Amino acid sequence: MPTMSEQILSRVAGRPVRAGDVVTANVDLVMVHDSLAPGIIRILHQELGAERVWDPQRVAVVIDHVAPAASVQTAEKQQEVRRWVRTQGIPNLFDVGRGISHPVLVEEGLAQPGMLILGSDSHSTAYGCVGAFGSGMGSTDIALALATGKTWLRVPETIVVRARGTFGFGVGPKDLALRAARLLRADGATYAAIEWHGVEQLSVMERMTLATLSIEMGAKAGIISPAGLDLTGPLVPTVDADAQYQTVVEIDLGQLEPQVSAPHYVDNVADLSDLGRVAVDVVYLGTCTNGHYEDMAVAAQILAGRRLAPGVRMIVVPASAQALQRAASDGTLATLLAAGATIGTPGCGACIGRHMGVLAPGEVCLFTGNRNFRGRMGSPEAQIYLASPAVAAATALTGYLTDPRTVMDGQPVVSQ
Amino acid sequence: MARVWLFGPDINTDQIVPGRYAPYMLKDESELRRYPFIEHRPDFAPNVRPGDIIVAGKNFGCGSSREYAPLALRMVGVGAIIAPLFARIFFRNALNLGIPCFTADLTSELADGDEVELDLEQGRITTSDGRVIHLPPPPLFLREVWAAGGIVPFYRQYGRFPGEVA
Ligand code: SF4
Repeated sequence: MPTMSEQILSRVAGRPVRAGDVVTANVDLVMVHDSLAPGIIRILHQELGAERVWDPQRVAVVIDHVAPAASVQTAEKQQEVRRWVRTQGIPNLFDVGRGISHPVLVEEGLAQPGMLILGSDSHSTAYGCVGAFGSGMGSTDIALALATGKTWLRVPETIVVRARGTFGFGVGPKDLALRAARLLRADGATYAAIEWHGVEQLSVMERMTLATLSIEMGAKAGIISPAGLDLTGPLVPTVDADAQYQTVVEIDLGQLEPQVSAPHYVDNVADLSDLGRVAVDVVYLGTCTNGHYEDMAVAAQILAGRRLAPGVRMIVVPASAQALQRAASDGTLATLLAAGATIGTPGCGACIGRHMGVLAPGEVCLFTGNRNFRGRMGSPEAQIYLASPAVAAATALTGYLTDPRTVMDGQPVVSQ
Repeated sequence: MARVWLFGPDINTDQIVPGRYAPYMLKDESELRRYPFIEHRPDFAPNVRPGDIIVAGKNFGCGSSREYAPLALRMVGVGAIIAPLFARIFFRNALNLGIPCFTADLTSELADGDEVELDLEQGRITTSDGRVIHLPPPPLFLREVWAAGGIVPFYRQYGRFPGEVA
């Protein structure tokens, strides 16, 4: 019986396909972001000789990577992208401040269960949070998909990460994802898809934490079945008890400790308690992995009525305008500001080291994002530790890497 | 003769071209040729010659989808990349751009700075002391794309995607 990837890719290939098959598939949605759009537009028109995208309704363009523009150069390129969107008649342009492509496409209902979605961004595995087959590709592949509405793929084998039990106090989806990276390593799922099982209790955006980190294990897609959620789409992929899996990795949520990925590799993961005292200059809460409303709410719960440790900066960059609005309307934002945090424009922020909080040599950052590669957020001499929003907030309170369970007042961290 | 540039495992796209040097941030895309490995290995870009070979450990090219990482390598004329495992998106991008990638572990057989002869057709490397190393032949759909010079010329020539029956 088929895996979720086989179910979805059979649909878009128009015939039953199995892992290992090389297929040409119809693409349901193509996402292009500001950073690579100018290059993609050039390949589309100049190299492929295509005048128009195949279906403007099925293209979404998001200005999120350097938003708002950080230089005259980036401003000019964004201007060029906006013009192009207009001449192509693409209705879905999400401009500065709307947020990061991945949560935005989900919030807008464009990303749906059972779709094949390609993005010009490697974290396009994110769309697995609604049960879509989302995959990142380079500029040439994206340009080809824009020209033809098709792509070619090798149907991946599937690795299952099966969660058992429920999260303990102070532990959440990020710890599960980092634990999986620790077990599978950075290349453990290369050419494969990951199916996350046993995570029905998570919200869609919490599922995005798992789906975005799937690429950090090399995966082509990271899918969670949307069965039970109120989502409609061309196909609702379901977990098939008899599907053929390459490997199954079991993780007991009840036993899970807060996990931290130490510099400079995402799979360099340890239990927080094994890392000793690590002093931190900046706490950065944001990105498509952990900049969601749920993540700000967890941090606010820990920071409520308290102040950041002296000398620590805390930068919060909401993943989307909707997340920011929700945090503003229920007091979450006020709590974060009262604690001494500051807020950036919804978008990618400093995740790729281009603006809004880049790091100086020697600085140590506790980051809720998905990559801690050397130089990712600025100076190659900076150190980036990846952890959950709960660890981020606890660390902001003390100034060094801190287990959230030691500073919380007993309420469970996982949101509803 | 081609020079061997030896790299370790898990070389990520931020090490190949950091996001801060993206074409998006540059006035002129041809500047990209100055940036391959600018921080990870600053002696690479000024000294690499067309046809040189990158020999690396596993998971080469992991990280982002940025095609400007392999594009920068193509701009300086990298002749082939040989690693035991490639990250998926990098492999596709390199294939699309027509950079031959061979899946093999030669990190203990070749040393940094070795001068070798690469025969792409035969999938064969000959070292300066006469040793011959055979590279595993890539699957047909990959060879088809190489032969065309990348995915764009392939698509323009055949009007279809690789692996699909004509
Ligand atoms: S937040 Fe970071 S990882 Fe997510 S899409 Fe933006 S740059 Fe990529």
